[in-house]
Amino acid sequence: MPKSIQLNARGELNHLLSTEGLPRAVMLQVLDHARDFVDLERMEVRNADLLAGKTIFNIFFENSTRTRTTFEIAATKLAARVVNLDVNKSSTAKGESLLDTIDNLAAMKADMFVVRHAQSGAPYLIARHVNQVAPHIHIMNAGDGRHAHPTQALLDMFTIRHFKGEFQNLRVAIVGDVLHSRVARSDIHALTTLGVPDIRVIAPLTLLPSGLREMGVTPYTDLEQGLADVDVVIALRLQNERMRGAMLPSPQEYFKHYGLTEERLRVAKPDAIVMHPGPMNRGVEIDSLVADGARSVILHQVTFGIAVRMAVMSILNRTHA
Amino acid sequence: MSQSFPNILIRGGLVLGTEARDVYIAGGSIRAMTAPGAGLAGFEPMHTLEAEGLWVLPGLIDLSARLREPGFEYKATLESEMRAAIAGGVTRLVCPPDTDPPLDEPGLVEMLKHRARLLAQAHVHPLGALTAGLKGEQLTEMAELTEAGCVGFSQSTHPLVDTQVLFRAMQYAKTFDYTVWAYARDPWLGASGVAHSGPTAGRMGLPGVPVANETIRLYTLFELVRQTGVRLHLCRLSSAAGLELVRKAKAEGLPITADVAVHHLHMTDLDIGDYDSNCRVDPPFRSQRDREAIALALQDGTLDAICSDHSPVDDDAKQLPFGEAEPGVIGLELLLPLTMAWARDHKVALEKTLALLTTGPARILKRDAGEIREGGQADLCLYAPQEPWLITADTLHTQGRNTPFIGRELEGRVKATLVDGRLVYRQGLTTT
Repeated sequence: MPKSIQLNARGELNHLLSTEGLPRAVMLQVLDHARDFVDLERMEVRNADLLAGKTIFNIFFENSTRTRTTFEIAATKLAARVVNLDVNKSSTAKGESLLDTIDNLAAMKADMFVVRHAQSGAPYLIARHVNQVAPHIHIMNAGDGRHAHPTQALLDMFTIRHFKGEFQNLRVAIVGDVLHSRVARSDIHALTTLGVPDIRVIAPLTLLPSGLREMGVTPYTDLEQGLADVDVVIALRLQNERMRGAMLPSPQEYFKHYGLTEERLRVAKPDAIVMHPGPMNRGVEIDSLVADGARSVILHQVTFGIAVRMAVMSILNRTHA
Repeated sequence: MSQSFPNILIRGGLVLGTEARDVYIAGGSIRAMTAPGAGLAGFEPMHTLEAEGLWVLPGLIDLSARLREPGFEYKATLESEMRAAIAGGVTRLVCPPDTDPPLDEPGLVEMLKHRARLLAQAHVHPLGALTAGLKGEQLTEMAELTEAGCVGFSQSTHPLVDTQVLFRAMQYAKTFDYTVWAYARDPWLGASGVAHSGPTAGRMGLPGVPVANETIRLYTLFELVRQTGVRLHLCRLSSAAGLELVRKAKAEGLPITADVAVHHLHMTDLDIGDYDSNCRVDPPFRSQRDREAIALALQDGTLDAICSDHSPVDDDAKQLPFGEAEPGVIGLELLLPLTMAWARDHKVALEKTLALLTTGPARILKRDAGEIREGGQADLCLYAPQEPWLITADTLHTQGRNTPFIGRELEGRVKATLVDGRLVYRQGLTTT
């Protein structure tokens, strides 16, 4: 494997592409720094003009208004200028190549690209390219194919740390469509790096990728076995197009066997928390009583997500304290 | 005659890397081989190649090189790729039918053969399309195509979904004693995959191509060979399990042969690294275990040949996210040094190694070629076995730049190539 493209020669974060290979110290730096932005009393995120004068481009080759908005709010709270581009609607539809688009945007005096793309690994291609043509630009991966969603994983880690304190004694279960989930992969790498000893994934075999054990994860196909004594449950979103077809027969049958309900969660630790990266399919992967219940920390995740993205943006731009 | 086929003396080279000989070439053939300095009465060389320290080898026979004509001239041209062939010591090559339009009509094949003949470099043997337009529906005029110069029939990497059509195509080919060349890939299982199904693809979030994609098709193909009796050549095998099936089928006596691409001797899925699209290749690079099984299969005769599977891809089609990049690796010029590096690492005897690039593929083509003997055709290459060579884009003749080996240092380089007794390529070699 080549030396990590995410770090510069001094070992500092230069692009955030994946939690895999991200040093523990860098992860903790992000989590610590994000903590500075959160007012826990009022559950609010503070403003800080750390990126005044900087321009951030949200380049979304795959549509996602919600994710784009979270990055936009984070950038705005740091006083950066934000330019939003839904590239799938504009240039690539006219036949412009991915790297041509990047060249054009790099020429517009950008300091950072927040990139989402439907293909795994696309941000690596972009990062290698800007290292050649515009090395001052930092890349933040906002989700690439099935591969990675590092800011989601870091906000999940922030949430876990907030509610559970340390990582070293935890049991964490990730439930749902792991095969297609960039969130699951990024969470797994972050959890292993931070020292979580027991990481489980729970899904039918059609939704589990190969090589899970090599990633340090124990696969389960039985929900109740997998949930036994866990401290944290992370539910994954099931995409509509996968609910009926060759992966699964129906959302009803899925919910019956893998939907998170209060009853199923009885085998988890009494103080277990339930997380979800959103948007939720109520009645498919999660029951409303759980989503709105006492264990749910889903709305905390949203708040913390802003702070974590602010932390990453300021660390990448070397403007953090 | 003497003008188009000059008298050439290759002086003092090691024939087949073992025995120092002077090689006398006249009229397109090897006239004689003598002890160094012994001389040959009445022979007046027009050129003398000083080959001391070099190996004199049969010209390589490459079972798959895409020349990209007609239709893909923006990826490569006949001129550039024929130049790459002789620069790699390849004097005879098979080109698959996946051009645009595909090689499904005699006129296209005749034109390609004609253009190649005008260049007067390596011998070109096209494969004809097994079905019209490679669509997998209607048989091509195999007899006409054979008359035009096709040496076999193939779908290349295009799926042939309908097993009934495959069966009929094999029956028809058997009627005229033609060879069917087939990739072993199920048209459905893992069809959208881009990397070997395993821990690496799982971790990287890349759709996988399971080994069963290869094995299931092999079961199908072998059963159809049993039914039809057709001679089958299997292209680019990739997995340990697949090779084990081939081993058993050969032991059973089925009329099959098989090849592997040279880059599969060296790379595994781990080499994809940070999504290097130069490692996007069909079939995908598999695990270390599979790579070792390929090495074994080359040594025990399960595999008959190593080919370059040379596939120039333009930058626009390669500089894309891994899953969108066009598969393919260039290899004509790296075929010999990469094979020799593999043989050194696995301690494979030189004679055996060379056979995989010469007599092995010649047998598949049913041609008397790939050997060095008096009276034989003078298709030869001179090779400096220890010359260090840093692979850079500038050192390659092919128009393609798509190879994960750029930046690597290899040992061994082709110094001169002769086709039909004519010196068609030389690189820093003294002639008098």
